[in-house]
Amino acid sequence: MDLAILVGIDFVNGVATLALMSIGLAVVFGMMRIINLAHGEFMVMGSYSAAVAYHHNVNIWVAILIVPPIAVAVIGAIIERVIIRRLYGRMVETMLATWGLSLFIVGILTTIFGSHTEGVPAPLSGIKVGNYQTSGYSLFVILMSVVTIVGVYVVLRATRLGLLARGTMQNAEMAAALGVDTSRIYATTFAFGAGLAGLAGGILAPISGVFPSIGGSYIGRAFITVIGGGPAPLVGTVTASAMFGFVNQLATFLSNPVYGEVALLVAAVILIRLLPNGITGRYFRRAL
Amino acid sequence: MHPFVRSNASLIAVGVIGIALLVGLPLALELFTLLRVTLFVIFAILALSLAFIWGYGGILCFGHSAFFGLGAYAYAVSVINVGDSTLPIVIAMALPALLAAALGYFMFYARISDVYVGVITLTVTLIFYNVVNSTAGPQYRIGDVHLGGFNGIPNVPSLNVPFDPNAVLGPQDMFWVCMVALMLVYFGLRMLLRMRFGRVLIAVRENESRVEFLGYDARLHKLIAFSIGGAIAGLAGCLFTAWGGFISPTAFSVVQSAQIIIWLMVGGVGTLIGPMIGAALISWLTASLGSQQTVDANVVLGTVLLAFVLLVPKGIAPIVTDQLMPWFLSMCRSKPSVASVSRKDKT
Amino acid sequence: MSTPPLIETIGLIKHFGGMQAIRGVDFSLAEGEIRCLIGPNGAGKSTFFKLLTGQIKPTSGSVRFRGTDLTMLQAHEIARLGIGIKTQQPSVFNGLSVQENLWIAAARHKKGKAIGQSVEAQVERFSLGGFVNSLAGQLAHGQRQWLELGVVLCGDPELILLDEPAAGMTEEERVRTAALILEINRQHPIIVVEHDMSFIRSIAQRITVFNQGMILTEGGAEEVFSNQAVRDVYLGKRAAA
Repeated sequence: MDLAILVGIDFVNGVATLALMSIGLAVVFGMMRIINLAHGEFMVMGSYSAAVAYHHNVNIWVAILIVPPIAVAVIGAIIERVIIRRLYGRMVETMLATWGLSLFIVGILTTIFGSHTEGVPAPLSGIKVGNYQTSGYSLFVILMSVVTIVGVYVVLRATRLGLLARGTMQNAEMAAALGVDTSRIYATTFAFGAGLAGLAGGILAPISGVFPSIGGSYIGRAFITVIGGGPAPLVGTVTASAMFGFVNQLATFLSNPVYGEVALLVAAVILIRLLPNGITGRYFRRAL
Repeated sequence: MHPFVRSNASLIAVGVIGIALLVGLPLALELFTLLRVTLFVIFAILALSLAFIWGYGGILCFGHSAFFGLGAYAYAVSVINVGDSTLPIVIAMALPALLAAALGYFMFYARISDVYVGVITLTVTLIFYNVVNSTAGPQYRIGDVHLGGFNGIPNVPSLNVPFDPNAVLGPQDMFWVCMVALMLVYFGLRMLLRMRFGRVLIAVRENESRVEFLGYDARLHKLIAFSIGGAIAGLAGCLFTAWGGFISPTAFSVVQSAQIIIWLMVGGVGTLIGPMIGAALISWLTASLGSQQTVDANVVLGTVLLAFVLLVPKGIAPIVTDQLMPWFLSMCRSKPSVASVSRKDKT
Repeated sequence: MSTPPLIETIGLIKHFGGMQAIRGVDFSLAEGEIRCLIGPNGAGKSTFFKLLTGQIKPTSGSVRFRGTDLTMLQAHEIARLGIGIKTQQPSVFNGLSVQENLWIAAARHKKGKAIGQSVEAQVERFSLGGFVNSLAGQLAHGQRQWLELGVVLCGDPELILLDEPAAGMTEEERVRTAALILEINRQHPIIVVEHDMSFIRSIAQRITVFNQGMILTEGGAEEVFSNQAVRDVYLGKRAAA
């Protein structure tokens, strides 16, 4: 029984981590129809900002929850202004540019911090489940993932920005004709997505360790989740994370994490053959 | 001028330059430099494979290193097991072609968008990288070969004269083999693009639904083109392993994929000559960067990619086809006349 | 029931979500015929056209071409049966030359010199002689429409479907296009979707009128134009709009 609970927590944790890693990417993809290939590096910048803040004696909770999203959102806003804005409507070029950006960021991080691993300690100790011990921090990750998803829902549903963003997402020309400053919406959306990536990087920093090329190990799963989920950022992320997180954990449980990823890829390729526009391209079309 | 010469001027020019390099470089360069140039030639083959499927087939493959790495590993594993390099070359081309066909079936028959194709192919290579990296234990072996995880496979034999494992090729022979392979691939692709298949492929890139309204199966054309590209990338991987005698998972890395993309962006998407030049230039650049400590190579590569996407989206090929090539032709002709290399007949 | 129809639809229905775009259409076209499909905006004629060409699949019912059910076929398979399609927006290969555009169409089922003959025939028919080496994307709008007609004809279709072939053309080009369509009809049966009345008058012998996803009436041009229901629905709505 206790073991079953532990395995259950593991599965939920896998799904939650996937959702946390993907939500920022999904918001940008849903609103702007571009895949930010530097998403992994945005997360890494979040992790580094958490590490730097922690090593400057900032409170650990502030360092992982407050500093990263703000820092990366600011960087995202600058990047949007300098690079992304010039390429609106040209998806392929935007992807190529963000790829260049991702290489650039890895290089800069290596130059500044070197290629060794920075540590951020997990601020929670273990929790006992019967005779077994589980990490309190993985429960925290689950909680934060839920909070993040709910937070994104509230922003999209209840704020003026969310309303404008949804309008622009449905029909950019119409929104522009109604006087919505679409380029400002895009800029804010991109910064918002970057902030979410930063938050994910901050939360995951104590688990994955922090080094410049760690982004590469995040993005594969995040890409799959986003294209599997389709255009609606929230429902897409949640449903695809649930499906792929389950497949990933199951394969990991049966063999090892690497085959977990392979299973994830195979599942995604088959899903795409059946639903070329992702889950929300077929179902929940009106959803967020 | 003979009409055949006029209508094939750019092809003949490339052939003349190719033969000149084939004969001249071994005479002009020291062996060490020739070895480096051989690597550029191998990368030029790799660049051609993506130039074909992206520039002419319109297939946005962001994970081309998956085919390169698979070819490289397939060669390493099979040549160590077999001893004679003849069959391993075939395997190194066949496996990536099969992978491309399988992936192509799922992607093209689902008619997914460019963005999805780019992301899926990129993910494929990411996962290949992680998988091969994790094969460090003694249980990961194929025949006599330990895959070796991130350490890779050392001591891979070079190419030999077909069916004669004892006649191993020396460095200079390797240069000739790679150069001939490059020219075969280049002229093979040019020929393919002149045939009906190639023309329809270009038409698919231009307007997929119109091609289908005319009764061609666009999906099948893309699938075949993708497989051809996979096979050529596998050939490049095979030559790469044979050249260095060593292969490691970095062949699958995202940076490797990014480099191929950068060769194309620098050279010019939609041409064949541009990416070859881009491959040589960027490989030379990264090799020079590798020998110093001040600037991180990733910073330079990222900046180059960003700069070309934002500022020079057509790459340097237009300069080559519109200015250098006519100049070269007029030099050959001694009497400058109307540039017969039209924009349409890009090299 | 003397000769079987060339193409027919049986109980064709198409829903988009909750909207019923086509609500049970039985339609047939005889060999050699030329037919105009008309109707006010939103009447379903464009949806019907897309169902005929296999671009969208019906919710129920079937489309039969010479007895073959088209509903489960891919676009290229429908084309191979001998159906040539011209879409509303000119759909040609903008990055290829006029000659290459026509070549690709003809090379699907022809070889060697026969390809060149097809290409030349269409170049002549549509007076594109001065433009064979121009890129299709650089042609004027009307010429691009003609090029697309030429591309369709190079495929030697047994039925031609045209969606607003004169859209965006000058008056002079419209007249010429009408004459070309009548000339093409001597060898090929044609279905034309069109809303321009004078253009329809200049080509149509028989007209099918769509309204609210159904066929309102069908008949000869004069008969249809004098029909009070057609006037109410079609002209009334047009005037209101």
